[in-house]
Amino acid sequence: MYSEKVMDHFSNPRNVGEIEDADGVGEVGNPVCGDMMTIYIKVDNGKLTNIKFKTFGCGAAIATSSMITEMAMGMTIEQALEITRDSVADALDGLPPVKLHCSNLAADGLHAAIEDYLKKKEAGN
Amino acid sequence: MVRIYMDHGATTRPDPEVVNAMLPFFNELYGNASSLHTFGQEAAQALISSRKTVADFLGAEPEEIIFTSGGTESDNLALKGIAYLKKNKGEHIITSVIEHPAILNTCKYLDDIGYRITYVPVDDQGLVDPADVEDAVTDNTILISIMHANNEIGTIQPIKEISAIAHEHGVLVHTDAVQSVGKMPVNMDDLGVDMLSISAHKIYGPKGVGALYVRKGTRLLGLSQGGSHEMKKRAGTENIPGIVGMAKAVELAEQRLEGDTKYLENLRDTMIRKILDSIPESYLNGHPTKRLCNNVHVRFSYVEGESLLMMLDMKGVAVSTGSACSSKSLEPSHVLAALGIIPEKIHGNLRITLGHENTMDEVDYVVENLIDIVKKLRAMSPIAPKD
Repeated sequence: MYSEKVMDHFSNPRNVGEIEDADGVGEVGNPVCGDMMTIYIKVDNGKLTNIKFKTFGCGAAIATSSMITEMAMGMTIEQALEITRDSVADALDGLPPVKLHCSNLAADGLHAAIEDYLKKKEAGN
Repeated sequence: MVRIYMDHGATTRPDPEVVNAMLPFFNELYGNASSLHTFGQEAAQALISSRKTVADFLGAEPEEIIFTSGGTESDNLALKGIAYLKKNKGEHIITSVIEHPAILNTCKYLDDIGYRITYVPVDDQGLVDPADVEDAVTDNTILISIMHANNEIGTIQPIKEISAIAHEHGVLVHTDAVQSVGKMPVNMDDLGVDMLSISAHKIYGPKGVGALYVRKGTRLLGLSQGGSHEMKKRAGTENIPGIVGMAKAVELAEQRLEGDTKYLENLRDTMIRKILDSIPESYLNGHPTKRLCNNVHVRFSYVEGESLLMMLDMKGVAVSTGSACSSKSLEPSHVLAALGIIPEKIHGNLRITLGHENTMDEVDYVVENLIDIVKKLRAMSPIAPKD
């Protein structure tokens, strides 16, 4: 049902955890639906220098979280905002149709963390 | 590579004796049981003796057994066969909220074409209250269908009491006994039901064959028209290899019933105790004692069932889950929802259904791995409390 890449990211998820002094935090989903994701980012000079995640959810939710942190690491904020659900799913060699919403969640989580960072930055200025 | 199968509620490994009993009916004894020549009569003989074996096992008469393609067809035949026949007498059917989809979706279909369905609730351990069934009976009620044991949480229903109530009101009773047969005594006179569905592949028999018991004198309309097979209730050339396999499975189930039940209860109770003792915030779903001898249904806070299942699978262990993420509809199990478990606690559930080939060593292996897996997933979960 899942591609080898999904299974790889599910069984050895990259960048699991929290960042204490994160510059942005994105929290999406809710536990009632069975999917919840928190993404933490550190930003330096407009670039994502560190990303961590915590996810409550199925195999696809965990794999997409892991994948998106790997994809976005080192990207500029502008580049990271261009990551879509489709690019996450493609990077994982596809997801079963019923699981596509999980890649949505990951993209939303990353974008929410970036928005949080931008909002904080604006407030700081 | 470890391979531990603990999903016997889904299906079982056909017993080698079952397979051996079936083989001649593919290779040599391939006649059509309706044919008059020797080839046909060999098949007819096998059909007769298989029907008797199944009937004896259920404490029934051979002419009360209709062979079908399995539990789903038996359920469809029971519900629609009665509903169509009794259309002029009434259009009301009573069932429960935790039935198998074979019943629930047949009821939904009947509802769509003009019948009226009452779904009685269950308590937080999955038990139907016979008083609720009685309250639901009206002058138009034609059938009550309540499962014998639930396929997810294993709760065993008071079918005998429900039958008695139904008959006081002159209403027919059907029970889906697909999960209970072979795991507890199932006797028609004791249960008092008018119809009962069973399936071969849940009792170490082949897939694609089952039966519907229909009490003598109970009329129902057949759903497929054709030749006069199966007391004219189910047209179509009989699946002789499957039926022979089912009879062998039933024969073995009868011999093993007592020993298996005790053996499985011990495995089950040990496994439940070890899980609840060693994993914080783990809970048993279903009834502590009125449950199938092989059913362990547990839930763990802060983690999700499909992840649990997949990580166990990577350790060579096969189980199942009723989590929303594991279903095509993305809806959590209707059974767990009916128990009143709050939505955010419903997802981290596992159904472990044991079989007589499982051992205590396997139980220990699964529990040990489960402890690690829950720990690993909780460390990843944003809703788990921090250590």
